[in-house]
Amino acid sequence: MTHSLKKSLRRSFAALAFLTAGAAFAQTTILNVSYDVSRELYKDINPAFRAAWKKQSGADVTVNQSHGGSSKQAGAVIGGLEADVITMNQSPDIDILVERGGLVAADWRKQFPHDATPYTTTTVFLVRKGNPKNIKDWDDLIRPGYQVIVPNPKTSGNGRYTYLAAWGYALDKTGSEAGARDFVSKLFANVPVLDGGGRGATTTFTQRDVGDVLVTFENEAILIAQELGSSKFDIVYPSLSIEAAAPVAVVQKVAAKRGTEKVARAYLDFLYTPAGQEIVAKHDFRPRDPAVLKKHVAKYPNIRTFTVEQKLGGWATVQKAHFADGALYDQIVARK
Amino acid sequence: MAAARTFRVLPGFNLTLGYTLGYMSLLILIPLAAVFLKTTELTWGEFIDVVTAPQVVATYKLSFGASLLAAAINAVFGLMLAWALVRYSFPGKKIVDALVDLPFALPTAVAGIALTALYAKNGWLGQYLEPIGIKVAFTPLGVLVALVFIGLPFVVRTVQPILEDLDTELEEAATCLGAQRWQTFRHVILPILLPALMTGFALAFARAVGEYGSVIFIAGNLPYVSEITPLMIITKLEQYDYRGATAIASVMLLFSFTLLLIINGLQAWTAKRTGRDR
Repeated sequence: MTHSLKKSLRRSFAALAFLTAGAAFAQTTILNVSYDVSRELYKDINPAFRAAWKKQSGADVTVNQSHGGSSKQAGAVIGGLEADVITMNQSPDIDILVERGGLVAADWRKQFPHDATPYTTTTVFLVRKGNPKNIKDWDDLIRPGYQVIVPNPKTSGNGRYTYLAAWGYALDKTGSEAGARDFVSKLFANVPVLDGGGRGATTTFTQRDVGDVLVTFENEAILIAQELGSSKFDIVYPSLSIEAAAPVAVVQKVAAKRGTEKVARAYLDFLYTPAGQEIVAKHDFRPRDPAVLKKHVAKYPNIRTFTVEQKLGGWATVQKAHFADGALYDQIVARK
Repeated sequence: MAAARTFRVLPGFNLTLGYTLGYMSLLILIPLAAVFLKTTELTWGEFIDVVTAPQVVATYKLSFGASLLAAAINAVFGLMLAWALVRYSFPGKKIVDALVDLPFALPTAVAGIALTALYAKNGWLGQYLEPIGIKVAFTPLGVLVALVFIGLPFVVRTVQPILEDLDTELEEAATCLGAQRWQTFRHVILPILLPALMTGFALAFARAVGEYGSVIFIAGNLPYVSEITPLMIITKLEQYDYRGATAIASVMLLFSFTLLLIINGLQAWTAKRTGRDR
């Protein structure tokens, strides 16, 4: 009795092992760990890539996605979440994977076009319908009595870009660091609520009816205008803003271990193809491909932008000078 | 030696003690030790810098201040609620009784979003409160409201069973002996309830100090104004500053532990004084 039980158990184990091995051969799975508001974008990208990969290599691939605040997500990957690729909205969240444990190659920016950023967006203003407070540019945001909704720059890439956009604008306008500091101090003195992330700020502005202007990513602003009907909000483009490029990278250490390097790379390459860029545009991000961008030009008004690298000396510098503990941002909020 | 051994009805003292200690270690002591261990990666000077930064100190004041206040409010109104539930019968009493536990069951984020929607200037309550100058959502007052909400069941549920055991004859006797209503409450009822009330207070306080989910939506989270300590910890974590986060967490733990020790001490003392320390 026991003998036969053991035998049958062993048999079923063998069968199970065989089955899983078989499944592993037939089916490759990769995990894309991404930031909070890219959920819808990658939901569309994944099946398109699956079809393209099948055509190209004949193999099936399943792409799983995981979303959350981008720093939290990067933290999870450091902590052992086995991501094959990582797609973020600010490069510090990929640089940290180089620093901690060498999960990503140090030269990740060189591995894909445009410094490994397949699409961009920019920071714009969303105001209430008809723009009752007549908000045209950054200068209007520091007027006394105006309420500006921005997510917390300490925890949100979105908030960080807003802060840096204002800083860059003020740097041009006043010509000095002190002037920029003064300008940004005034701006943050007008912030009545600091949400942890971009979506939270959107809720505060649109659902709770707090604030005169929401400063957020263009794709988020377009989405709000579409979803809540353009009868409630208008988008205002400032005279100068920041280019927020979304960086992507293969998590080499994981991909090498799982043998998924090739498909992971192909996945990120797919983002640059016309088909991928078309999906990017569908989700209101600005595609890199000039032909695709031209097709959707009506959606993306011309706006003068600068990058963190051009104007502010790169992310490492910005991180240290502005966002580290006790650095400029902390000093600015302390003075309030 | 033999005299020190007391007779126990149920066997297995060693087994249960071992099991209790093992279980406690696994669930509580080891994770907390890990927090302190991570903190030791900082030098003493760095540690002090992190935990005494003005922005962080401001969060201690709000977190512990609002938690104590919320627990006190819950002690008063929780007692009243428990009293009403035990002593009176009214239509829908069973439903009210069940409602008390809801803050336990509700995901805290849902509570936070509901409270914020209610108290925002376009919310059901906010639209009447803001015109008369009472701002709840996105202020420290909002933090208090959320903490009162999540802490309510603790006081009600600790006081209720004691009240149920409390004979009305005691009050009748007091009245017969010529006690005023207030005197009856002060000298007869309160001393009996006090230990349970303090337990409820301590639980509500402990829960409020650690609360994150519901507060974060209603607080506004402005530095120096409406940031709670758990937010500070999350902020540090999101900046990959694990050591800074655990440093603040250790301070919180020590604070809370000390306060809970004091409250438990007080409770033991009042229990002894009223002769209910068995």
